[in-house]
Amino acid sequence: MVHHDTLTGAEILLKALVDQGVEVIFGYPGGAVLPIYDELFKQNRLRHVLVRHEQAAVHAAEGYARSTGKVGCVLVTSGPGATNAVTGLADAQCDSVPLVCLTGQVPTHLIGNDAFQEADITGITRPCTKHNYLVKDVNDLARTVHEAFHVARSGRPGPVLIDLPKDVVQAKGEYQPPSKVKSKYKPQVKGDLKAIEKAVEMIAHAKRPVFYVGGGVINSGPAACQLLTQFVRMTGYPCTLTLMGLGAFPGSDPLFLGMLGMHGTVEANMAMHDCDLMINIGARFDDRVTGKLDGFSPKSKKIHVDIDPSSINKNVVVDLPIVGDCAHVLEDMIKVWKAKQCRIDEKALKAWWARIDQWRASDCLSFENSNKIIKPQYAVQRLYELTRHRNPYFCTEVGQHQMWAAQHLKFDLPHHWLTSGGLGTMGYGLPSAMGVQMAHPEALVINIAGEASIQMNIQEMATLVQHRLPVKIVILNNQYLGMVRQWQELIHGGRYSESHMIHHPDFVKLAEAFGAVGLRAEKPGEVDEAIKEMIAVDRPVILELRTDASENVFPMIMPGMAHNEMVLGPEDKGRDKPGSEQDGMVLV
Amino acid sequence: MQVTKAIEEINRHTVAVLVDNESGVLARVIGLFSGRGYNIESLTVAEVDAAQKLSRITIVTSGTAMIIEQIKNQLRRLVPVHKVHDLTIEGPHVSRELALIKVVATGDKRVESLRIADIFRARAIDSTNESFVFEVVGATEKVDAFIKLMEPLGLTDVSRTGVVAIARGPNPI
Ligand SMILES: Cc1cc2nc3c(=O)[nH]c(=O)nc-3n(C[C@H](O)[C@H](O)[C@H](O)COP(=O)(O)OP(=O)(O)OC[C@H]3O[C@@H](n4cnc5c(N)ncnc54)[C@H](O)[C@@H]3O)c2cc1C
Ligand SMILES: Cc1ncc(C[n+]2csc(CCOP(=O)(O)OP(=O)(O)O)c2C)c(N)n1
Ligand SMILES: [Mg+2]
Repeated sequence: MVHHDTLTGAEILLKALVDQGVEVIFGYPGGAVLPIYDELFKQNRLRHVLVRHEQAAVHAAEGYARSTGKVGCVLVTSGPGATNAVTGLADAQCDSVPLVCLTGQVPTHLIGNDAFQEADITGITRPCTKHNYLVKDVNDLARTVHEAFHVARSGRPGPVLIDLPKDVVQAKGEYQPPSKVKSKYKPQVKGDLKAIEKAVEMIAHAKRPVFYVGGGVINSGPAACQLLTQFVRMTGYPCTLTLMGLGAFPGSDPLFLGMLGMHGTVEANMAMHDCDLMINIGARFDDRVTGKLDGFSPKSKKIHVDIDPSSINKNVVVDLPIVGDCAHVLEDMIKVWKAKQCRIDEKALKAWWARIDQWRASDCLSFENSNKIIKPQYAVQRLYELTRHRNPYFCTEVGQHQMWAAQHLKFDLPHHWLTSGGLGTMGYGLPSAMGVQMAHPEALVINIAGEASIQMNIQEMATLVQHRLPVKIVILNNQYLGMVRQWQELIHGGRYSESHMIHHPDFVKLAEAFGAVGLRAEKPGEVDEAIKEMIAVDRPVILELRTDASENVFPMIMPGMAHNEMVLGPEDKGRDKPGSEQDGMVLV
Repeated sequence: MQVTKAIEEINRHTVAVLVDNESGVLARVIGLFSGRGYNIESLTVAEVDAAQKLSRITIVTSGTAMIIEQIKNQLRRLVPVHKVHDLTIEGPHVSRELALIKVVATGDKRVESLRIADIFRARAIDSTNESFVFEVVGATEKVDAFIKLMEPLGLTDVSRTGVVAIARGPNPI
C-alpha cells in the first residue's frame, strides 16, 4: 500500500479552495471554524475580508462573483453565523449567483443534540441553495469541495453550502486534486440543432419581432453578450432587457428599447405586447415582467432559450423551447443564419420600427426637473454623465432609487450592474459593492442607495475602511421607504402606514465616525460639485443627496395589469384602477 | 375554450425517480413538493442498487399538464437526481401496492372476512382467535376495494406501502 501524506481537514479545505481558483474569502470567525481560521493565519495565498455581519459576507461574495464571473466564497461559523448568512444565500439563489458558502458545524457526535451554537443549516438552507452538503468524513472533504464549485458554476449557477463539523476539519485525511474528481452533474449546454434551425427560420420570417433578454446571458458570460449583440445587430431587430439583463446588450445602441416590465419603458412594454415573435434569451418570465398573464403578449409566437428546463413553460407557454447555454445557442443561431443566408422582411421591419418610434416619442422616462429641489432622476443622470468615462460598476439597494438607476444609467458593458432582482433584498448594495471593489481594486465602484436600505448593512462601512476599499455610496435620501410610500399613495389611498422614517442618522457624521468621508448636497446646483469631489477621493465616501420626497417611479404597470395598461405619470388616469392581484406583481 | 379546458384538466401521474442514496435526498424531494405546493398522493422509496448507491422513488402526483411538466423539471434540477420518468405518459406500466390489514372479529364476520380475502387473493399472515392480519397486493383500486369491504367486518388497522411502478416490456428507465 502506498502511503499518502495526510493533512488535517482544515489544510485539505484550503488546498482545495486554492485549487479551485479562490483568491478571496469573505467571512467571520467563531468557535466551530477556529481550526480553519488557524490555517488561514499560517498561509498567504488566500485573502480574507473580515465583514461585520455574515449576511454582508454573502452579498460581498455575490458582488465578487457577478462582477468577475468566478465563484464567490464565504466562510462563517455554526449556529448564528450560519443563520445570518441565510438571506444572502436566498438572494443568490433567486438571482442565479455562483457561490460556495462554508459553514462551521458542531462536532459530528454532537449533531442533533441541541449543542451550543448548533443549527440544522443544511435543513434550513435546502430550499434556498442550489445544493448543500454535510461532510461527515475528512476523506470526503476534498471531493465535496471540488464538486461544490462545479455545481455552483455549472448550468444555472447558484449558491452551494458545505457544512463542516469541527471534528472533520481537525481530523487527518487525504487530499484529492480536482482532476481526480468526476461529478455526475452535467447540465446540457448545447441546444438542439433542429430547434435552433427552426428558431432561425421563425426569426427570419418575423414581421414584428422583439428580443427579450435576461440575466441568463450575463450568467453565460462576456462571450454570450458579444454573440447576442452581434446577432441582434445582424437582424436589426429591437431588443429589451430585464433588470438582471442590463449590460448584456449595449445601452447606447439605437436597437435597445430600455428595460421592460413593471417600471420598464413604454416602447419596450408595447413592443412586447404587440410583437408577433418574442425571442427570449435567458430571461424567466418573472411576474414583474409579464404583468397579468392573460394579457401578456397575446399575439406572439414565443421562442425561449434557457439552460434550466424548469424555467420553460413555468409561467408562460412557449412555442419553441431551446434548452442550452446562451453562448452555445447564440453561436449556433448565428452559424445557421449565415449558412442559410437569411434575409429579414425589410418592409415589415421598417413599419414595425415606425410604430416603435411612435412609442419612443412619448419619452416616458422624462421628468419635470427643478432648480429648487434635487430630483432623484436628475441625480442619477448627473452621476452617470460625470462618471461614465471611468466605466464604473454600479450596485444598488432596493426601492425607488434602484428603479431610477435602472432607468437612467446606461450600460455598454456587462457585469457592471449589480442589483438584487429576484429577492429584492434591501441591504444588498453596500456589501456587494465591497465585493466588486475587492475584485477590481482600481475601478470606480458606486452604490446607489436609499436612506432606509443603506441602514440594513451600514456596519460594513467599517469593513470598507479597514480593507481600504474606496467604495462610493450615493444615498438618495427621500426620507421615506419610497417604494412602499409609492404603493401606499397609488394603491392604499395615501395612508402612509409606517413608511416614514422620521429619524435618520446624520449621514455625513456617520461616515466620519466610521473613518470614511461624508458629503452632502441639498440643492440641484450642488450636485455636480459633490459628485466630482466624491470621485476625486481615494477613500470610501458617503454622499447624501437630499431628494424630492414626493417623486414616484413611472412608467408603472399597476399590479394585475397588462403591458399595454401602463401608468405613465402622476396625471395619468389609469392610476386609480389597479387590477386584480390574482396574478402578477403583488408585492412591493 | 376547449383548448383551455384540456390544459386545465387535472390528471394523476406516476413518476419514477432515480436518486443517489445519500442523507437528505428524500427531504429534498419532499421539500420541493411542499415548498412549491405540489400534490403528493403517494411516495415510496428504497435502495435498488447497492453497488452504485442508487434509490428509486415512486411518486404518484396530480396536476395540470403544465404543473406535471414543472414537477418533473424541478425534480431534474436536484443535484442527486439522475433520472425522472413519467410512467403515465411514457407507455404502459404496471403498478402495485401492498397493504397489511388487521380485522378483529368473531363468528360470522370472521368467516366472511376470510371469504372476501380469498376472493382478493389476500393471505392471512397472522391470526389469533379474534383477529387476522391480511396481506393484500394489487393496484391501488383493488387495495381500496378490499379495505372498504373489510370496514364493516371489524377492520381496525391499515398499513400501506404506497405505489411502486415499473414500465412494461424489456427496457429499463
Ligand atoms: C423593486 C423591484 C422592481 C423590479 N422591477 C422590474 C422591472 O420593472 N423589470 C424587470 O425586468 N425586472 C424588475 N425587477 C426584477 C425582477 O423581480 C426579476 O428579478 C427579473 O425580472 C428577472 O430577470 P430575468 O428574467 O433576466 O431572470 P434571472 O433571474 O436573471 O434568471 C436568468 C434566467 O436565465 C437562465 N440562465 C442562467 N444561466 C444561463 C445560461 N448560461 N444560459 C441560458 N440560460 C441561463 C436561468 O435559468 C433563468 O431562467 C424588479 C425587482 C425589484 C426588487
Ligand atoms: C429586507 C427587506 N425588507 C423590506 C423590503 C420591502 N421594501 C421594498 S422597497 C422598500 C423601501 C426602501 O426604502 P429606501 O431604501 O429608502 O429606498 P427608496 O424606495 O426610498 O428609494 C421596502 C421597505 C425589502 N425589499 N427588503
Ligand atoms: Mg428612501
